[in-house]
Amino acid sequence: MSLIPYLLAYAGIVVFVVAVIARIRMFARMPMHLRWELYPVPHEASRAAHGGSYLEEVDWWLKPREVSKAAELKAMGTEILFLEALHKHNRPMWRSSFPFHFGLYLVIAATALMGAGSVLAHLADGFAASGFGSLWHAAVVLTGAVGLAISIYGALGLLQRRLTSPDLKDFTTAADVFNLAFFVVAFGCAFLTFALFDRSFTLVSTFIHNLVTLRFEPVASGQAGLMVGVSVSLLAVLLAYIPLTHMSHFVGKYFAYHSVRWNDAPNLQGGPQEAGIMANLTQKVTWAAPHIQSGGEKNWVEVATMDYKKYGGGEKK
Amino acid sequence: MIKNPSIRDLARGEGPVTELNVKDQEPLPPPYDKLDEEPPMAALSSSAKERFVNLDNTIAVNIPKPKTKAEEERLVKGFLSGMQKLFNAGDNWTFLQPLVLSMEHCARCQTCSESCHIYAESGHNPLYRPNYRSEIFRRLYFKHIKKEGTWARGDMELNWEAVARLIELAYRCNLCRRCAQTCPIGVDNGMMAREIRKLASQELGIRPKELHDDGSMLQQKVGSSTGMSSIVVKDNMDFIDEEMTEKTGLTLKTPWDVEGADVLLMHNAGEILAWPENPGAFGILLEAAGVSWTLSSDLAAYDSINYGAFYDDVQLARTLILHIQAAKKLKVKKILIGECGHAHKAMTVIADRILTGDLNIPRESWLPFMVDIVRQGRIKFDKSRNDFPVTLHDPCNITRLMGISEPQREIMRAVVPEERFREMTPHGVNNYCCGGGSGFAIIGGHNFPDWRFRGPGRRKFRQILNAFQGEKMDKEHPKYVCAPCSNCKGQIRDMLKYYDAWEKAGINYGGLVELMVNAMPEAKPGFIDWEWH
Repeated sequence: MSLIPYLLAYAGIVVFVVAVIARIRMFARMPMHLRWELYPVPHEASRAAHGGSYLEEVDWWLKPREVSKAAELKAMGTEILFLEALHKHNRPMWRSSFPFHFGLYLVIAATALMGAGSVLAHLADGFAASGFGSLWHAAVVLTGAVGLAISIYGALGLLQRRLTSPDLKDFTTAADVFNLAFFVVAFGCAFLTFALFDRSFTLVSTFIHNLVTLRFEPVASGQAGLMVGVSVSLLAVLLAYIPLTHMSHFVGKYFAYHSVRWNDAPNLQGGPQEAGIMANLTQKVTWAAPHIQSGGEKNWVEVATMDYKKYGGGEKK
Repeated sequence: MIKNPSIRDLARGEGPVTELNVKDQEPLPPPYDKLDEEPPMAALSSSAKERFVNLDNTIAVNIPKPKTKAEEERLVKGFLSGMQKLFNAGDNWTFLQPLVLSMEHCARCQTCSESCHIYAESGHNPLYRPNYRSEIFRRLYFKHIKKEGTWARGDMELNWEAVARLIELAYRCNLCRRCAQTCPIGVDNGMMAREIRKLASQELGIRPKELHDDGSMLQQKVGSSTGMSSIVVKDNMDFIDEEMTEKTGLTLKTPWDVEGADVLLMHNAGEILAWPENPGAFGILLEAAGVSWTLSSDLAAYDSINYGAFYDDVQLARTLILHIQAAKKLKVKKILIGECGHAHKAMTVIADRILTGDLNIPRESWLPFMVDIVRQGRIKFDKSRNDFPVTLHDPCNITRLMGISEPQREIMRAVVPEERFREMTPHGVNNYCCGGGSGFAIIGGHNFPDWRFRGPGRRKFRQILNAFQGEKMDKEHPKYVCAPCSNCKGQIRDMLKYYDAWEKAGINYGGLVELMVNAMPEAKPGFIDWEWH
């Protein structure tokens, strides 16, 4: 019985990693699309403040491009950490969404700290008892407890909005409700475990230590052991579930910003993009409207350079 | 008639799903602050209601109602076939990745709704939410193509009413992408509307006549969507040359087909017919600055429009190739795009991932080109000649979608007294669409123009009125709305007429080059003609 949470934890991690990689791969392997950026683009350096681009410069193709990766990273950082767009454009939702997401980050941080702490304790004798170890442990408790608490608060707020807001009700699916409820239950269970049995996060730290060192022993007996087991199992299933749903938007968001919204890289004569463009243009067009006149055989170059008489005559007026 | 239609209402019953109800609208600023004194919105005729699919008591696309069961099934089957092609890399490499990103990851949080001028000005009618049509499209796709359970993606019935109304609904969006700017995840409902338009055009052959038959097809056939052949356009430009020479006292002779010129200038040909002073002003400025320039009389090269950008990737590519081939033939150093927003975006940004090798001729907005001339002092200006209140409209295609917003302001600072310039709120990349974007400005059937003035255009009119608050609102105190884009200018012209804004508030409109020539001390004064409006 004590083996189940360990197996679920490993399975959850594996499914999460594989599903995220598959999603990244799916987006990364899609063909180069038409340019479709949206300003402001933060890496446009000094011009970004007014939403400008290098296209504001005469003969821009003859001049070196000024790109600020630091500005891009700053924009990414504030968006990821503080959900800046939501704060700016939908404050009522941000009041729930921000604690929910920031709580998640804190829980991830606590888990990472516990995992790293386990490795450090393994490598350095006396780490746990040292002053640095105590500080480390306090950080685990703080990030873990606060993370769980504010994430539950945020999820409940989002759930309430989903179920009661006239703006959202018609757009809410059963899965939207289930997903938030799942978070509330899984994180709620973990928080109860913390509050009732594991105020120092010792049990869960031990579980993670066992997970890292492949020791599949129960971390506690009785109700405490049961609660740790149930919490870990729920969190493991949640971890596996996230990338299989639209909640994997953390992957999509990267591509939506970097590959579409901020992708203003110019295609210069003889540049690296030409090969991708040629590959696209030689694909077959199978659109069936009369003016296309591809017959399912012609490629984009042939269709785009066709004489008007060939496709104009075939049009039904 | 339903005031707050749900998603599923799109597939239900006969007749309109809802309508833009003017009684739900917020009053405009003075002198238009009495809602019941605004001009009425024309009703859709009963014969149109009988013949065509009716979404919201106005019609843009003219989709005939199917007469038989077989026709209904053909529409649904064609829609599903087109939907599959949108997710096929060969057929839709152009937008596959942006489309899938917007399909997969929308959180349906409605953050986008308030950013949409149409939704806001409709009195918050859910039909006009940016995400309403996207969500229906998503539900249809995941249920009927991907065969996924409805518990995760939501349910949506598929019938001919839903298909036809969804296509019509794709023409209730200006494609301004202001909603995409606010999306925390990067979902782009403007792009989604365009994908639905593409599906309808490229698979079913359904789109507004003004964009296709009288638009891109006419341009590819005779050279311009205005119907002007190369002979006619040269005649018209000769006339403009004479007019401008007389009006300014500066000799203008537009150069045609000059091989090896530095710059091939491309105008929206609508300017030549509707606003001849615009191409005339361009000529005056380029001549004054000593630029080596030319126009081309080749097929489509004297008309920069590319309506494919609004509805059809194949048509977009065909027109683009005609533009580029003309530039290649003349061996010019670059193409310069005049005051046309969508031509800017189509020829610079979008074309950037279509053109390779010797077809990849540099394309540039006229704005940075002209700023450079202004900075070098190659043309002298006397700002005091533009001693009237001026506000600036930012065309979405040039600002939000290309990142060009400072050059026009730098020009403005050079030709308009600082204290006379009024920024709209918001402006630049956060601007609102004029309401004529994505082809609306030329779609004129039934009561659609009234709908675009009362719906999409109303936010811009509100901004214009707000910009001029504090001024005397009568025609003895003329005010100028500068709209450096042909489609925007057409929309603003028609909207000012609808609201009788010259008579009631002294508001007129025009381009930016007209303001520049009006400020040239070498030219006779009075280039801007207030009586012509």
